[in-house]
Amino acid sequence: MFHRKPFGHHRGIVSHQDTSPGSLLNFPIGAHCVISHIRGGRTFISRMATLGFTIGTEVTILQNYGHGAIIVSVRNTRIALGHGEARKIQVKEQTT
Amino acid sequence: MGKKVKDSITIALAGQPNVGKSTVFNMLTGLRQHVGNWPGKTVERAIGKFTHNGKTIELVDLPGTYSLTSNSEEERIARDFIIREKPDVIIAILNATALERNLYLVTELLNFPTPIVLGINMVDVSEHSGIHIEAHVLEAALGMPVIPLVATKNQGLHELMDAALLLAQNPTTFKPNRPTMQSEHQTVLTKMMSILAGNIPHLYPKEWVAIKLLEGDAEITAMIQNKSPKIWKRIEPLLMQHEDAYLDIAGGRYKWIGRMMRASVTQPKAGVITLTDRIDRVATHPTWGVILLFGALGLVFWLTYSLANPFMNWLDTLLIGPLSEFMRSILSATRAWFSGLIVDGILGGAGTVITFLPILVIFFAIIAILEDVGYMARAAYVMDRFMHRMGLHGKSFLPLFLGFGCSVPAIMGSRIIEERRARILTILLAPLVPCTARMAVITFLTPAFFDRGAILITWGLVVVNLVILVLAGVAINKFAFKGAHMAFIMELPLYHLPNLKTIGLFVWRNILSFLRKAGSIILIMSAIVWLFSYLPNQNMEKSLLASLGRWLEPAGKLMGLNDWRYIVALLNSFIAKENTIATLGILFSTNHEGLTLAARLAGTLTPASAMAFLVIQMTFIPCMATLAVIKQEMGEWKWVALSVGLYLLISFIAGISTYWIMNLVTV
Repeated sequence: MFHRKPFGHHRGIVSHQDTSPGSLLNFPIGAHCVISHIRGGRTFISRMATLGFTIGTEVTILQNYGHGAIIVSVRNTRIALGHGEARKIQVKEQTT
Repeated sequence: MGKKVKDSITIALAGQPNVGKSTVFNMLTGLRQHVGNWPGKTVERAIGKFTHNGKTIELVDLPGTYSLTSNSEEERIARDFIIREKPDVIIAILNATALERNLYLVTELLNFPTPIVLGINMVDVSEHSGIHIEAHVLEAALGMPVIPLVATKNQGLHELMDAALLLAQNPTTFKPNRPTMQSEHQTVLTKMMSILAGNIPHLYPKEWVAIKLLEGDAEITAMIQNKSPKIWKRIEPLLMQHEDAYLDIAGGRYKWIGRMMRASVTQPKAGVITLTDRIDRVATHPTWGVILLFGALGLVFWLTYSLANPFMNWLDTLLIGPLSEFMRSILSATRAWFSGLIVDGILGGAGTVITFLPILVIFFAIIAILEDVGYMARAAYVMDRFMHRMGLHGKSFLPLFLGFGCSVPAIMGSRIIEERRARILTILLAPLVPCTARMAVITFLTPAFFDRGAILITWGLVVVNLVILVLAGVAINKFAFKGAHMAFIMELPLYHLPNLKTIGLFVWRNILSFLRKAGSIILIMSAIVWLFSYLPNQNMEKSLLASLGRWLEPAGKLMGLNDWRYIVALLNSFIAKENTIATLGILFSTNHEGLTLAARLAGTLTPASAMAFLVIQMTFIPCMATLAVIKQEMGEWKWVALSVGLYLLISFIAGISTYWIMNLVTV
């Protein structure tokens, strides 16, 4: 919510996607999701991939209060992600 | 370092953050470590020298990094060391509870020919949470030595060094299983590698350069663009076609890791609620987390100053005082300026340095404990939503908060912020948090200037400073950093008990670097300022400093400061903020015998001028100790100059506006 649109630092981001229903932000605490797509520049994707966020990886939401950063569990580690970062990670809820 | 005759073995210690790497390093080297900075960098470098089985070993602690992509200065340092300095062996420390993610760094290390030994740390914690690792099976799968460790209890470290030494002496026996590429990317990679062949420095493995190009690694991309533009022309279209290759490559690496781990690691059934989960329900809660944080920091603050103050007084009365007297008596035969320079200038400066020590020791111990138990990351998480608006990082909060005590530990504490931009901004803004010395000055002066509402005005001044801090942060973020979004991506480690040795050595390292770097700068500055206030004729009222104050009077008039003595008091606060009062005491001493300083000052300034003076006092150039640690932390004087410039500007604007607003309000 406090993220100002950066000038020229983004690639491939269209504003109408910002509230896309499939981003990590849209899932409540305890939800199990599977990553389907990661948007953003190369640097961001590389950082996320390094931390284990790759396509098909399972992610569990540990904290999401609808504002600010969220916490997820991925590959047995806990990662805090800012609102802007979480929004770029597209997921599908896993039905078990 | 450079290449040397092989009389010692160089071992690089690599690992991701939160794996207990520094505990391993400290356990192996103890006090036999040399700490400095990486050449030309602000990142700390620790090297330990010791003997193992009769061999001299030089252990280089690489910065903790998640990968070897040039996303951060730490990552560039780690990979440059591996590529250029060619250690004999790399010891990679992994966290047993996050083995999969930790092995990712190993897949990157495997791009280089250097033999690798894996140390799997915290196996006690992983066993406890139901993760069981068969080291021998993993060793067979990976084709490299795997040693289980509990570094905090010194378990497995001897075996780890045995394995590293053996491999260093027989490097040809290193035949690891290297990750393979998926076929569709293998084609691009092969194409790129054939273009690169013979066109890149021989130190760089072709495949690694190709992967880094696909990954969009800024440094490697720039290297190819600048050194061989022709090659870049042929590579660029390939990169365009495979924009998203990196995610697949990383996915492929993780698949490979999964295969390696399949037979050797048993995971617990999902759904176990750990101690960490339970603590985090409170510690990372948007409301309770903030309350807990303020409680914890309040305690830190109270502890630091209630423990440190007696020590500081003790040092002052039992050490500095008698020493000054002693030196004065010895030097009484010499010229007055000489004894003055030694006693008031240099010993005074040394006194300043020494009195900082108790605060710094306690403060660093507490920081180390908070970091070591894993709480620091939570504090940063909770505060990020507030800090973000100013272009700061969640981790900026702790140093800024401690600025209420003193700016020196605040600036040194900014080391916990990895993001360089947020760290610079934290360092620049920290002096705006009113420190105890500034508070002492305004709580003395406000009642002297204002009969009524002194307490309210004092609090108002604090609020003004904090408002300026927020405004300056937002402005710098918007204009200097173009408001570019700063990513917040942070691992929250498992909570665990702190390790005494790690904490002790952390404190030791920081104190040593403060004494060595900031200490000498403070001594020199203190001597120079003393000379300014003494020359040419032993009288502050007619000194160079006073002339400077008189010369600045026109500027002072803009803020209602028609009296040069107040300007000199401000200039002298550069030595230490509390000097304002002492200087006013000297300059207002004549012809007013029998009156207290407060009484003598009353009425010397109009309310508007007095308010302007107080605001300026609160926002003026940081004291020399603060500037000395800025130099120490940032390495370059330009940051000190920037800080001085920024605070001159802030205090000038704040002073003028206060004066004019006050004049409008109080007619």
